[in-house]
Amino acid sequence: MYAYFLDTVLGIGSKTALRLLKEFGTPENIYHMSAEEAKRFLGEKKAENFWEHRRHWDVPGSLERLKEQKINFIWYEDGAYPQRLRNIPDPPFALYVKGRLPEDNRKSVAVVGARKCSVYGQHVARELGKGLAAAGIQVVSGMAIGIDSISQQEALIRGGDTYAVLGCGVDICYPASHRDLYGRICSQGGVLSTYPPGTQPKSELFPPRNRIISGLADVVVVVEAKEKSGTLITVDMALEQGKEIYCVPGRITDRLSDGCNKLIAQGAGVMLSVSDLVEKIMEQGAYDSRITEEAYQGNETGHEGFSRREKLLYQLLDYDPVSAQQLHLQMLAGGEKLELQELLEVLWELILKGKADTIGGWYVKK
Amino acid sequence: MYSSVCTGALKGISAYLVQTEVDVAPGLPGLEMVGYLAGEVKEARERVRVALKNAGISLPPMKITVNLSPADVRKGGTGFDLPMAVGIVAALGKIPGEDLRDTLFIGELGLDGQVRRVKGILPIVQEASRQGIRRCVLPAGNAMEGAVVQDIEVIGVSSLEQLLVWIRVGEAEKKRMIKPTKVSQQQLLSLSQEHAQEDFGDIVGQEMVKRAAAVAAAGFHNMLIIGPPGTGKTMVGKRIPGILPPMTWKESLEVSNIYSVQGLLDASKALVTNRPFMQPHHTISAQALAGGGNIPKPGVISLAHKGILFLDEFPEFPRPILDILRQPLEEKRVVIARTYGSYQYPADFMLVAAMNPCPCGYFPDSNKCNCSEADVRRYLGHISGPVLDRIDICVEAQRVDIHNFGTGEKGMTSEDMAGLVSVARKMQEQRFVDTGYRFNSEIRSGDIRKYCSLGQAEERMLEQAMERQCTSVRTYHRTLRTARTVADLEGCKKIGKAHIAEALCYRTADEKYWKGKG
Repeated sequence: MYAYFLDTVLGIGSKTALRLLKEFGTPENIYHMSAEEAKRFLGEKKAENFWEHRRHWDVPGSLERLKEQKINFIWYEDGAYPQRLRNIPDPPFALYVKGRLPEDNRKSVAVVGARKCSVYGQHVARELGKGLAAAGIQVVSGMAIGIDSISQQEALIRGGDTYAVLGCGVDICYPASHRDLYGRICSQGGVLSTYPPGTQPKSELFPPRNRIISGLADVVVVVEAKEKSGTLITVDMALEQGKEIYCVPGRITDRLSDGCNKLIAQGAGVMLSVSDLVEKIMEQGAYDSRITEEAYQGNETGHEGFSRREKLLYQLLDYDPVSAQQLHLQMLAGGEKLELQELLEVLWELILKGKADTIGGWYVKK
Repeated sequence: MYSSVCTGALKGISAYLVQTEVDVAPGLPGLEMVGYLAGEVKEARERVRVALKNAGISLPPMKITVNLSPADVRKGGTGFDLPMAVGIVAALGKIPGEDLRDTLFIGELGLDGQVRRVKGILPIVQEASRQGIRRCVLPAGNAMEGAVVQDIEVIGVSSLEQLLVWIRVGEAEKKRMIKPTKVSQQQLLSLSQEHAQEDFGDIVGQEMVKRAAAVAAAGFHNMLIIGPPGTGKTMVGKRIPGILPPMTWKESLEVSNIYSVQGLLDASKALVTNRPFMQPHHTISAQALAGGGNIPKPGVISLAHKGILFLDEFPEFPRPILDILRQPLEEKRVVIARTYGSYQYPADFMLVAAMNPCPCGYFPDSNKCNCSEADVRRYLGHISGPVLDRIDICVEAQRVDIHNFGTGEKGMTSEDMAGLVSVARKMQEQRFVDTGYRFNSEIRSGDIRKYCSLGQAEERMLEQAMERQCTSVRTYHRTLRTARTVADLEGCKKIGKAHIAEALCYRTADEKYWKGKG
């Protein structure tokens, strides 16, 4: 409980805390250190913060409050502290957890990518969430809008466990629109943060949390990233930590895939398919590749019950959105005579069969 | 001596008759005016005095009192100049007062005695006709406008001097001197056809949007077009009036009343015969949009009555301004309250709005769009749910391929579309005989089942589509209304699957941009 005190002192980060720990042995000793020692180890300014904080800090009461909020406090020397984090440079001194922590003896994969992602990216993120969950792999991500949340959402739907590392206190749901997802992750996996509860999201807090995301994973998968993006910070951290990186290749005309393609050029792994990735991650024989094969291939088959026009139209659909009018022109060019209105009917038949989707006036295959 | 001359004034877009009473009596010389007058009416004193002098009549050194009755209603405008002048001359005994009993005078005077145009002639003359007035003396510039009212004699005068001579002469001579102005209904209505319209054929490669425009015009549905810059959103908006059916006489009269009050009627045309098309800039004030002022004047939404209110760059309008539209969209009129009473202006317009999908215009094309998630959300957030709810049709305009330009294929022209619209309008007319409804867009939720019944297969399809998106009952109804219009366009009594599919397409765009709001 003195560790909690130490973690909340203004200006004392993980590095300082761990240095003090080495010096004094236990957080309790640190709590009781003398004024001279404080000055010697912390410097003038931080020592002042330390005493100021000590004067106001109600040690048992604050822990009680954490318990009320169902937040677990896990610090460096706790047995529950993730082994993976002990191995990275600059490990966090403490973690705040709602729910569980990723298990050390099971594989875990970090799925990261752009907030603003394409339909293709969304699709891959979904497939990843699905495939990883099916293989029993833990999905670690940041619960951000876009790739992060899509993969986590899908993992949850498939009954998998997923862990979100936040850039704010774990009691704050950021982004607020992900309240449902937040709730589900808390119960089906865990939401964790290195920041004390009540910390508001700030842009400078997010890059440091990326090292936790990569730190908790064995493999980092980058789905979509622009050339300059926060996702690449995670990749840098992951490389520093010696993690394996896999990238989802994209079209060279797509700015959203620039980051990924560049990483591949620099030697990152290429994710050929979800099942390929899963196979590479799992030790040999420990995994039945049919599971994800099925999940991934499921959509390519099952055209039974399609009418001729539906089949024709389905072939024209892609993960790249096309408008009804483009489809119409393509159908006409293919020699199929039909009115725009008829095309819309066929299109909706496909949508209702779950084989296509609409994004405004644009259509994609599903 | 006492005299009384009839004139008229406006309250909102309705008019009432005013008696201009003048008394000339011995006393302290001067011209006194009473009757709850606004500033411009009080100033009439000087205009009338000088105009009379220049018409050869100088005021005697006596006490002249003018009262505008009813005296407890605030009066504005400059139309009281002429009746005052006539009243004074009559009170002086220089013209026979009793001959003026069933004549209405209205007009502004110049210092040289010229009679100038005033606002609101049409509603005033209509009211005069209702009250049994036989003859109206109007400024020559307003004569055509007044003559639209058929059962009243309209005399357009150009100067006070001319008028005073005209009053003195006998009936036969009167006819010879100023010919009563006459216009025929057919002639006026045909003016609208002469006016060349821009054609939908000019728009290449936006068949989906054009089709949506036809559906919207047919059912008088409000419409929103979303698309990147340069995709012809504005072009579509501007061409919609051209595919609406021509205005009927009644509609034309209603619209002209509003324009008359605003003084916007063309002196040579007398009547608004083309469907109004109003395109206010997004810096418009609340008063200019809804109507307002100390004595409320109709705003842009009323000027768009029976026509199109086109709001380009929809989200650039401040949210409070857009929220003003909620009541008019629902009730087809706007009520402006003042401490001394409330004013009602009709506002039965079709809203056509156009917008970019994000501040830079290229969202969701991630190669081009640089707006952050928050930027986009803030931008879209300008449009509130309730306003969005009233928009039945929402389409996305796509970027046009240069290749399609070369083919020279025109697609649907305005003529084709107008044809479709008139078929659908006929279907609606037959359906809504004696129901008070005119368009599918007006069907209240209680009556939806009655007018938009579905077969079993269609019902299942719509239900499935709704479950897919977990949408509200309201969107369900919106889709049904639109599907009804789509079926009408094709002349089908029954709503088929294709019609539902098309209607569903007209609400996927708002679902994409405003998830869970509609």
